[in-house]
Amino acid sequence: MIENLQSRRAFLKGTALATAGLVLAVQLPGSLRRAAAAASDGSPIFVPNAFVKVDLEGITLIMPHTEVGQGIYTSSAMLMAEELEVELDQVRVEAAPPDRSKYMDPILHDQATGGSSSTRSDWMRLRQAGAAARVMLIGAAAERWGVKPEECRVEKGVINHDATNRALRYVEVAADAAGRPVPEDVPLKDPAHFRLIGTKAKRIDTPSKVNGSQIYGIDVRLPGMKFATLVMAPVKGGKIASFDEEAARTVRGVRDVVTAGDEAIAVIADHMWAAKQGIDALKLEWDGGANASVSTETIVLAMQEASLKQGVVIRDQNGAEEAITRAKTKLDAIYHSPFLSHSALEPLNCTIHIENDRAEIWVGTQVPVRAQKAVAEATGLAPENVTVNNQLMGGAFGRRLDIDSIEIAARLLKDIRYPVKLVWTREQDMTHDFYRPYYYDRVAAGLDASGRLIGRTHRVTGSSVFARWAPGAFINGVDPDAVDCAAETPYDEDAVLADYVRQEPDGVTTSWWRGVGATHNVFVIESFVDEMAHATGQDPLEFRQRMLRKNPRALAVLNLAAEKAGWHESLPKGRGRGISLQFAFESYLAHILEIEMLPSKQVKLLRSVIAVDCGITINPDTVRAQMEGGVIFGLGSAMFNEITITNGAVDQTNFDTYRILRINEAPKIEVYQINNGEKPGGVGEAATAGAAAALANAIFSATGRRVRSLPLAQAGA
Amino acid sequence: MKQLTINGSEYNLDIPDDMPLLWVLRDVLGMTGTKYGCGIAQCGACTVHLDGVAVRSCQTTVDAVDGQKITTIEGIGDTAVGAKVQAAWLEKEVVQCGYCQSGQIMSAAALLSENSRPSDTDIDDAMAGNICRCGTYVRIREAIHSISL
Repeated sequence: MIENLQSRRAFLKGTALATAGLVLAVQLPGSLRRAAAAASDGSPIFVPNAFVKVDLEGITLIMPHTEVGQGIYTSSAMLMAEELEVELDQVRVEAAPPDRSKYMDPILHDQATGGSSSTRSDWMRLRQAGAAARVMLIGAAAERWGVKPEECRVEKGVINHDATNRALRYVEVAADAAGRPVPEDVPLKDPAHFRLIGTKAKRIDTPSKVNGSQIYGIDVRLPGMKFATLVMAPVKGGKIASFDEEAARTVRGVRDVVTAGDEAIAVIADHMWAAKQGIDALKLEWDGGANASVSTETIVLAMQEASLKQGVVIRDQNGAEEAITRAKTKLDAIYHSPFLSHSALEPLNCTIHIENDRAEIWVGTQVPVRAQKAVAEATGLAPENVTVNNQLMGGAFGRRLDIDSIEIAARLLKDIRYPVKLVWTREQDMTHDFYRPYYYDRVAAGLDASGRLIGRTHRVTGSSVFARWAPGAFINGVDPDAVDCAAETPYDEDAVLADYVRQEPDGVTTSWWRGVGATHNVFVIESFVDEMAHATGQDPLEFRQRMLRKNPRALAVLNLAAEKAGWHESLPKGRGRGISLQFAFESYLAHILEIEMLPSKQVKLLRSVIAVDCGITINPDTVRAQMEGGVIFGLGSAMFNEITITNGAVDQTNFDTYRILRINEAPKIEVYQINNGEKPGGVGEAATAGAAAALANAIFSATGRRVRSLPLAQAGA
Repeated sequence: MKQLTINGSEYNLDIPDDMPLLWVLRDVLGMTGTKYGCGIAQCGACTVHLDGVAVRSCQTTVDAVDGQKITTIEGIGDTAVGAKVQAAWLEKEVVQCGYCQSGQIMSAAALLSENSRPSDTDIDDAMAGNICRCGTYVRIREAIHSISL
């Protein structure tokens, strides 16, 4: 069960709780009356740490990460419930309020959900939180009974003292437990005794998603709320030249026209239809400004030039350039990865209610603290006077790690005193995305007479997302994400030179996109490894196996995928298989894709076989779902997607020009998981990262044609 | 005044003739289970039934509804087929972010009402108009095949 923290708080502050307490008090035993009394001021009974709360409504996980569809509400609840000794259906999940001191992701160093880090971050702290709470609750029961805590056992949130046949529910001892010291270093369960972790638990967030009752940000409704939509400058840095406000105001249902500087304008109306008609009536004219002459061609040319310069060296081991000069077989290539849109199916939106001294927003965000700050700065209010009601998201894929939409919403609506829901049209969402960077990669390699790789160089040229999003992580000109999986590969390599040239594109803002650096670099590395194998007449599987003698986990996923895919079985003419192997987000993944080239020269995706080792698995069905979805996300983009710029503006405006892979185009997908006792790795982005290389390698296998530029449409496939 | 029959209830609404049904449902009536995804009938998130036939509500103006019975995701569970589709979606754990699933379920329910044993090709034909950005297609197919009517 999922509750919105803020709305529940508001509810609790009212009279309902007192009434509920009274009702409970006459119906329930004395110990629960005490609990009710302790909670009569509306505060929870027992909050031993930032994540656990026990009150009259039950047991609640205050959830540090946000649910974007990846299933983290369920997996994280499993972690806490495992140690607290409660069943999953006894746990409610509330979105954490903005509070970096309590809810910072230790990997991302922010209160943020991204980088496939959530399970890795919550793995220890949520089990520890559950264990500490359990010890305090048992301690309270034992003290009341005058017995030793170790004589008690807990099952489904009920503390039992079997010798005397006594039992108490957690809520009945919660008030007593609150007075006990918080224990440190409570030993965690031996994994052999896990009841929940590792089981295919049912997701807790999905029942409301099959009957229309789930409220996403875009579905929020408030008393007196109006609806708005906006238009922003088509060219980054452009300005409004003229508009006809009076014409918009004559549209039936239009209430207000508001602007944010001269870069954005919104129409507020009784419903979205009137707001959209109001926008049309404005007859907006724009000045493009300095970026009006930017195009994809000018951006790529600038990258090509920049890529000729020496970059910041990331890894320089054993003189790779010199080693290549000695090689029997020399290869070099240039790879292109395009700008990409996130295109989450729920368009950007933000609902705001600003009063004189405070503001409240309802939005799905991956970064609640940044959201709060953005509204505070736009309105001049103190951050503590801005309430963020975080909502479940209809996809994010990195887009909701930025708060540009929340900031522009607050600037547009800062003088409006009634609640307004601002919804982006698909066209505004797609043309004002913060895009996955365009990357330009120069790679070279040398292999000796036996076909062994003896030297490899890789220069990554492209935007630094870190430099904008977290400047503190952009140290000495190195963007660790831009080169992730390029400098270090799963393979045993003698000589490597990897460097990075930062080149920011004019007129385009870049950001995180599912799979981040790995999605770009695994495409380049795994395609190029395939080139090396073919250039020296080696089987792409065996070539990789030879370089994995020191990396048993990588070898194991590769071998498993090869076995399941039937790698050595021959294929009919026109079909091909491609491999991709990676270590990313602390997980090992091998993907073997089988395709068919249709007589129309189109690619038909037939079968994806994924082998993954993500260490200890919390919910194997969620891992499988992330593999299936991640593969589709990566393959669809590799097949069809690029954002291009003409005269400073984005050319793609909706799903007719930015094609999303559909059910009739999707391959069969098989997922095989290697279970071991290693600590958990990330899974949300892993399968996306490996998709494009598997596809490019399968096309080579089927046709002998090498794809070095994505998407395939651009490569003529 | 426009009269609309939605999930068995009648509504008399003072709305423009050319207003798409999507915005009537979402913004006028507060039935937000029907989703906005693209506004140009490319994604299927706004799928509803008119007399049992799946249509895109973003491209269906209220004057084109003309007395037909409208069924939305909020009402589909009251039909035998709709309830089975919803149950299969949970049983197969189809859902990720869930934003497209209202439309997927409406398309699947319309398909199964016409064809109780759809082939893979039938599923492709009926469901290709519904985009899922999370990529739940494998399970959508599995869930449809699992339903016996």
